[in-house]
Amino acid sequence: MSKKWSTLAIAVGALAMSSATFAAPSPEMLANACAGCHGTNGGSAGDTMPSLANQSEAAFVDAMMKFKSGERSSTIMGRLAKGYSDEDIKAMAGFFNKQKLHVTNQMVDKKKVALGAKLQEKNCSRCHLEEGKEGKDDTPVMASQWLPYLQMQMELYASGTRKMPDKMAEKVKGLSKDELDALIHFYASKK
Amino acid sequence: MTLDRRSFLKLLAAGAGAAGLPMIGRAAEIMPKKGRRVIVIGGGYGGSIAAKYIRMLDKTIEVVLIEKNKQYVSCPFSNHLLAGYIKDLSSLTIGYDKLAKNHGITMVYDEVTAIDPAAKTVTTKGGSIAYDKLVVSPGVDFRTEEIEGYDDKTPDIMPHAWKAGPQTILLRKQLEAMKDGGTVILTAPLAPFRCPPGPYERVAMVADYLKNNKPKSKVILLDANPDIVSKPTLFRKGWEMYPGLIEYRKAAKVTAVNNQAMSVMVEGIDEVKGDVINVVPAQRATALMAGAGLIGEDKKWCPVNATTFESTLHKDVYVVGDSSSAGAMPKSGYSANSEAKVCATNIVAAMNGKEPIEMSGINTCYSFLSHDEAISVAGVYTVKEGKIVGVPNSGGISKLDYSDAKVEAKYANSWLKNILTEMST
Repeated sequence: MSKKWSTLAIAVGALAMSSATFAAPSPEMLANACAGCHGTNGGSAGDTMPSLANQSEAAFVDAMMKFKSGERSSTIMGRLAKGYSDEDIKAMAGFFNKQKLHVTNQMVDKKKVALGAKLQEKNCSRCHLEEGKEGKDDTPVMASQWLPYLQMQMELYASGTRKMPDKMAEKVKGLSKDELDALIHFYASKK
Repeated sequence: MTLDRRSFLKLLAAGAGAAGLPMIGRAAEIMPKKGRRVIVIGGGYGGSIAAKYIRMLDKTIEVVLIEKNKQYVSCPFSNHLLAGYIKDLSSLTIGYDKLAKNHGITMVYDEVTAIDPAAKTVTTKGGSIAYDKLVVSPGVDFRTEEIEGYDDKTPDIMPHAWKAGPQTILLRKQLEAMKDGGTVILTAPLAPFRCPPGPYERVAMVADYLKNNKPKSKVILLDANPDIVSKPTLFRKGWEMYPGLIEYRKAAKVTAVNNQAMSVMVEGIDEVKGDVINVVPAQRATALMAGAGLIGEDKKWCPVNATTFESTLHKDVYVVGDSSSAGAMPKSGYSANSEAKVCATNIVAAMNGKEPIEMSGINTCYSFLSHDEAISVAGVYTVKEGKIVGVPNSGGISKLDYSDAKVEAKYANSWLKNILTEMST
């Protein structure tokens, strides 16, 4: 941070501004810039774009750090993540975590939701807490995410483009494609 | 001399009045100011967001959003109409009712005729309104006087379609009416202009229409710039899916138009005829900005403080979006959105006696090459030595092998959905 401040001091001097200092970017300043793609306060209206509202801080930081390093493949997210310091990312994580869960009203298959509920309880509930409404460590909140977004992520897992956490891989190994689809419908339906 | 030029000069003269000369016949004040008030002019990608975020950050500040039209049509994605991916502009059209209601923004549907930075008033056709702080996000005007033969009939004959709405529909209708075997001429002005990838996306959209409907035809892009301004490698590769349909001519500035002969003159010597001609003139900040004395020494754009977007020429007036000189940030919809939030944050800070907050901005632009393939450019911005710069080692363009084009098209559709929802709710 100290390096940033000295640069700023020069900038202020060059502009001969009356105010002596700038405050470092606030969490709002950082996070609001994301909203053009992820929705106001992180509530996404676009069905291929994840909501960030109410996301667990650890999961947000984990995802951003992996985008930044390239460990998690992406289209534009990695390019953008590289523009932020670790402190910036933590500040954004805090901002989005404080936002209310963005509830989506999607067309979900009731039978799939029912099957998904059973599968979640048996296989996923130790990490995806409270029916996916809460994260645990770096496990993300899943509730109310858009179906097309979740489907795209499952395809990335299936193709190996996105690496599945070991614990998740162990559970997913025993599940059929239809069962995974049911799980997605279950999470998407949660409000 | 064109009408545009005359009205531009007239407003310049009016600006001299605003800057200090005594005002004669001041417009009657409407909506007397009670508490702290910010006026926002322009309800596009920048203005709607500035109005919303000021209210989100401080409900005690009154926000008045002045916009000429009851509905706004997005320029991003309007090229889709030319290709036929959308049948009308309804998916790109938003209103302000929900935005106003959700955030307690006072809407004034009127045309602003003058800004008086000294008296801190905005004059509309309906009267004058006082402000404590003013945000202006007016878009661009065309420098039509730089094209010989360009008159007030030219846009009806050779639509620019660079402001979405009737112009976009007109260009689409002209494409539909054209015979197979015809020539479509598109033009790109010298940078900087609104939407740097726009002309190159438009070529692909028109080519896709021709491929499916009029395969004996071709589209020529006359580009005033020495090369493709945005994502050149990616666009060149993308155009390969339309073999024989696209002709790209660089350093081909349109210097004259002939409405009757349906031709344009390139660099003053080379006449090019077309069956459909899309002339996009070079651009500058609007006449309103000139009139208010907000345009800088380049006579084109409005210089602003890089951290707050406050004009460096007039205190308490802030300029965001295409009209501002925003350093490395391109003149794009997403930039306007991001700039408006930076500006809103710093206006609220200033009005509450707090120090300015260091800016952090983003731009993301998607360009389509076909109905389900898109490419992107993205960047994160900060301020260094008083200028907006890209954060080193961040940002950039899509993979050159095109392997992400289909998934990027999916993300692009959500980009539109989210950014228009931001603006309208």
